[in-house]
Amino acid sequence: MSAMGQANGAANGRSFVIDDLKKGTFLLDREALVSQDVLRTEMKNVFARCWIYVGHASELKKPGDFHTRRVAGRPVIFARDAKGEVRCFLNTCRHRGALICTERNGNRRRFNCVYHGWIYNNTGELARVPGDEAYTEAFDTSGLGMKTPARFDAYKDFWFMNLDPEAQNLHDYLGEAKGYIDLIVDQSPSGKMQVISGTQEYDVNANWKLMVENSVDDYHLPSTHSTWLNYMANSGVKVEPPKDATLVLPTKGLAIDLGNGHFTTDNINFRGRPVAAWIPIYGEDAKPEMAAIREELVQRLGPERAKRVCDTNRNLVIFPNLVINDGSSVTIRTFFPDGVDKMQVTAWALGTAEESEAARARRLDAFLTFYGPGGFATPDDVEALELVQQGLANWEDDRWSEMSRGMGRENEQLNSDEHHLRTFWRHWNKMMTESNGAAGEAK
Amino acid sequence: MNAHANVTVTRAEVEDFFYLEAALLDEWKLAEWEKLLADDATYFVPPNDVLEGDFRDTLYIISDDRERIRQRVIRINDPNCHAEYPKSRTCRLITNVRITGVEGDIVRASANFVCYRYRRYQREFSFVGTYQYKLRKTADSFLIRERRVLLHAHELGKLGSVSFIL
Repeated sequence: MSAMGQANGAANGRSFVIDDLKKGTFLLDREALVSQDVLRTEMKNVFARCWIYVGHASELKKPGDFHTRRVAGRPVIFARDAKGEVRCFLNTCRHRGALICTERNGNRRRFNCVYHGWIYNNTGELARVPGDEAYTEAFDTSGLGMKTPARFDAYKDFWFMNLDPEAQNLHDYLGEAKGYIDLIVDQSPSGKMQVISGTQEYDVNANWKLMVENSVDDYHLPSTHSTWLNYMANSGVKVEPPKDATLVLPTKGLAIDLGNGHFTTDNINFRGRPVAAWIPIYGEDAKPEMAAIREELVQRLGPERAKRVCDTNRNLVIFPNLVINDGSSVTIRTFFPDGVDKMQVTAWALGTAEESEAARARRLDAFLTFYGPGGFATPDDVEALELVQQGLANWEDDRWSEMSRGMGRENEQLNSDEHHLRTFWRHWNKMMTESNGAAGEAK
Repeated sequence: MNAHANVTVTRAEVEDFFYLEAALLDEWKLAEWEKLLADDATYFVPPNDVLEGDFRDTLYIISDDRERIRQRVIRINDPNCHAEYPKSRTCRLITNVRITGVEGDIVRASANFVCYRYRRYQREFSFVGTYQYKLRKTADSFLIRERRVLLHAHELGKLGSVSFIL
């Protein structure tokens, strides 16, 4: 079988997917998950052209606060400057290229390069060059501030950068995904969410795109996470049996294409939510406060919207590498390739800015029942992805991954189908195979 | 035991206890290991970047009360705990054992460790850290009241998951 010349392939003849709508089959070329050439093209066509998540404004409380991190492989300084503006700088000295700031986080008015002592303000300008009398008049410090990504913008405190000066604006890029971010932010009476202290940073020895798939793939829940389902049952959380034999999930959920490569699952809650669906794991003491949290939501948002916030779960993917899970707790998870068969994952917990000590503790405890490198589910996801990567060593002799699940379904796509995975792969394939493809195609 | 009088304890007693626990964990004798735990035992692995954070307002890697530890052991023993099936082989080296305080029948003790974890195909993970314990002195040994594992790496990074009892 060859990908060449298939329907819905790329204009230049190279396609990584065989997307046969008539037959209802979708195959993925496994070269996409193992090839160095593909990774190099991804850096150019995807990571240098899409809006990439940098950080949350709540991580920068006071002027001068900063975090250093790698975003799309680029070392950056994510900072609140002296005037209180949120900024993003490339963490590279304009002089000879050294990493400027080596601290993980802190509060600084100025960033000093250790190599020759060039000093930058937290607004980015080059403030001091030791021995500047040795330069001619052509030496213009005003043009030697720290470089910034071409674009840097926020939606509701979620800050993104884009290395492409021609990229469409962030709001249009996020498109329908904004509504799903709103659903999370609506948890907070003040509309302010807070990234909670403590970062989970772990590597997975698998191609980064496998994490995209895994983050929204509800088909794998019963098989990969049976020990988590047992834990829930042992803890008195009633997981309803499937009402429909065709469903692999206890409740019917949906998968929704949000355009621009973004997508989400949208499920009826069956696992408890810190805001605000009580399960026995939270303890009897939690009941009154959780009822009050729900009541506040009903008062502020109306009963229907409150129900949406309290009683539905989502795993949202912002193309290409941001996942926001709003389930057992809210997690922001981003990941970046470090080679074709390795990714670096960073995950944070997100809470409301004003929640009580008890509510915060409950949220974090709920997080750890499922998510993270010590959670009751994530380590098995990591194992599954690493098993895929190991199995892919046979890719040349077993070339195609089967991703047709749910294609015959006429109307809505279920969370346990592979529709949303296909959404990702179609968009990725387009960006990878078009010479000048647009990062923000119309849906 | 009189709560007002501090128990007397030697480093050798604490070392023997640590070595026993390490052997049970390395041999995957988790039922026997659970017998070393007090009824109010806790098990913490704080995040690498905020080792001093409080689990109530800091996202930990592991923050278990006694019931959660019981559930963790059930999970790890299940062949469907894919991250630990087949089981990792682990080997703990424990050193720098110190008694850091005694308060009534509670003995605070710490130790440095290297825990090597091996998966198939030469995948090797070296967890380097410090154990911090609160031990409750019993007639002939100790019960673990709190077991806190500080990891020295700046990030979990290539260590991946903490899918076993570290």
